Amino acid sequence: MDLLYDTLFNGLAIGSVLVLAALGLAVVFGLMGVINMAHGELMMLGAYTTFVVQNIFKASLPDALFPIYILVAIPLAFLVSGLVGLLLEKTVIRRLYGRPLETLLATWGVSLILQQFVRSVSSAFALGLVLAVVLGLLAPRFTPRAWWQKRWTPLLAVGRWIVAGGLGIALASVLGSVRSLDQPWFSARNIDVTAPTWLRGSIELGGVTMPTARLFIIALTALALVGVTWFLQKSAWGIRIRAVTQNRSMSDCLGIPTETVDALTFLIGSGLAGVAGVAVTLLGSVGPNLGGNYIVDCFMVVVLGGVGKLAGTVLAALGIGVLSYIVGSGSLLLVWPAMPAVLNELISFFATTSMAKVLVFAIIVVFLQFRPAGLFPQKGRLVEA
Amino acid sequence: MADLFSSRGLRRWLPWLLLVAAGLILPVLLPPFRLNLLGRFLSLGIVALGIDLIWGFTGMLSLGQGIFFALGGYALGMYLQLDSLEPGQLPEFFSLYGVTTLPGFWQPFNSPLFTFFAIWVIPALVAGVLGYLVFRNRIKGVYFSILTQAALLVFFNFFNGQQKLINGTNGLKTDTARIFGALVGSDAMQRNLFWLTLALVVLSWLLCRWLTSGRFGDALVAIRDDEPRLRFTGYNPTAYKTLVFAVAGAMAGVSGALYTVQSGIISPQFMAVPFSIEMVIWVAVGGRGTLIGAVLGAVVINYAKSLVSEQLPETWLFIQGGLFLLVVTALPDGIVGWWRAGGPGRIQAMVGWPPVAPTYPALDLDPQVLAEQRQLESRPLSAGSASATTPQQPPAGEP
Repeated sequence: MDLLYDTLFNGLAIGSVLVLAALGLAVVFGLMGVINMAHGELMMLGAYTTFVVQNIFKASLPDALFPIYILVAIPLAFLVSGLVGLLLEKTVIRRLYGRPLETLLATWGVSLILQQFVRSVSSAFALGLVLAVVLGLLAPRFTPRAWWQKRWTPLLAVGRWIVAGGLGIALASVLGSVRSLDQPWFSARNIDVTAPTWLRGSIELGGVTMPTARLFIIALTALALVGVTWFLQKSAWGIRIRAVTQNRSMSDCLGIPTETVDALTFLIGSGLAGVAGVAVTLLGSVGPNLGGNYIVDCFMVVVLGGVGKLAGTVLAALGIGVLSYIVGSGSLLLVWPAMPAVLNELISFFATTSMAKVLVFAIIVVFLQFRPAGLFPQKGRLVEA
Repeated sequence: MADLFSSRGLRRWLPWLLLVAAGLILPVLLPPFRLNLLGRFLSLGIVALGIDLIWGFTGMLSLGQGIFFALGGYALGMYLQLDSLEPGQLPEFFSLYGVTTLPGFWQPFNSPLFTFFAIWVIPALVAGVLGYLVFRNRIKGVYFSILTQAALLVFFNFFNGQQKLINGTNGLKTDTARIFGALVGSDAMQRNLFWLTLALVVLSWLLCRWLTSGRFGDALVAIRDDEPRLRFTGYNPTAYKTLVFAVAGAMAGVSGALYTVQSGIISPQFMAVPFSIEMVIWVAVGGRGTLIGAVLGAVVINYAKSLVSEQLPETWLFIQGGLFLLVVTALPDGIVGWWRAGGPGRIQAMVGWPPVAPTYPALDLDPQVLAEQRQLESRPLSAGSASATTPQQPPAGEP
């Protein structure tokens, strides 16, 4: 019995992180059909926001407030990741609606840029970047209006960003000679977030010790799930989002501002990634490569669950979590000590975290052979999904 | 002079002459290190050609070509490990993990003939089976991309985790192995490998050109543009897709094998997720749907990468990310596609020198028409009516 509880709890713990990470993706991919490969990097931004909040609390606020920093970090992480996601939608993804493969490549490019940005951002770098963006945006103001109606205006439109970028790089390298400005904010090393004391212990429940951090993540996941479900089902904007998902042109005709809805959906999905990032910091040190560890898993969860169905996402994530734990810990060996040697060898072969992933993914691919549209397929009569 | 350059014979043969000249001159011109780099990047051109075949022509974006690339590399790597041993010995790394007998699947790689086929047949078979399972269910578009990526992760974890079978994350070294009695890492051997790579790139290009022209190629393009219509016309897209995916897999295997011997190591890193997406960007920048663009993209981007990484390693990811964004938003057909669609002419027109647009090339080059044009230009405009003195021109559109 203990083993059963143990397995369930650990599987739930692994699965709940997956649910949280995949929830935002389920919103963005499921409702909008946008492949966001930068989702993992938005998680990473959430994790770094937690780190910054923790440092602020440590450095400049009274010690008594430190235990609640994580509660402050959650909404902030939502905001930071959400705003970056919004920017991404407004600048890149908006141009690519209806071209999923191009979106995939573009967001992969964004993810590379975000990764390297976190590694190499320093004060000098940030100032140079700000200068470049400001100059590029203001260029039409400070140049003769006639220039913008010429035959060569397209060249100018590209050229201003090249010039602005060059000036930004120049500023950054000049400032970079000042040692205090050249110090990278985070550098390429992993960062560690110290959990507050109330998240460090564990609770004994029915013979199973449950780390509080894990319980916190499960609670956070449940809260996020309830929130998102309530928002989509009950709130006015949630209903608009679902309307646009079901029939974009009809919603447009009925006066729903589809562009605002797109932006809002993306903001929420990205914000949820930020919240997942907060949760991940409780599990260990995080680094710029954090996103890559989660992105493929998240997509598998969404595809397995059935695109556009939150319930499917939850079930798929928990299923993958429990299955990974059972296979990875080799706990079947404990249940059935007298199993045939061949089977025993097979199970021990897969009893590591990475080999468990091999088996679980293989099972998913086989499963998709029988249910190509996932656990909860969309019902419809379209020839083409 | 003008006749010489416009003559069709020369236009057809000039690229080949240049290619042969480059193949002969570059090994003399470049230091061994640079030549080796160029050889490596050329071998990456082969996997890029395969991606162009399945993505540029058939519209299937695979993010898992690294599987087939690394399988080809491992096949050759295993052979080289075994070939340089005394009889009865085991590759060195086995002793680290306490393995005393050669695992069964290593045995066939004692044979060079088997290895020769394994390099491209194994990846092709894996690709064929994987592709058939996916295409049979009509999984396509982004779902296909995600599934290939998941498969890539499966293979990566497997190869990365199996120290006792395949040396896990350390990979297999090939530098110190011997082939035909010569050290693989030696300069002379690397030069031969460069020539081999060049020849195989040309062969793969010819194969791709043969596949994409004619009925088979038309079917591929039809799958890309409107698969249901092709199916309703009575074709079976699954067969075409499986076949072309297997061919791309085989090319990836050959590419991986060539890359392995020139870089000196094969490791699970070649199955890492980022590397396989990088392959896609080579094709995208070069120009998808243009075969030469795929090879050019692979060589140019990798050369740029190695140059930038030598000088300013931290900027490369910014540049690469920017390339992804640029190519998707501004240059959807890549550089070669942009060039062929008259891109340079448009830039010229923007700065004020619009190129002369030939409306009817056959007409413009007709000697009689040219003669009349000269005649007209040499005459002052005011003298008489032009239509009375010049013979009637044939109506446009007729031969």
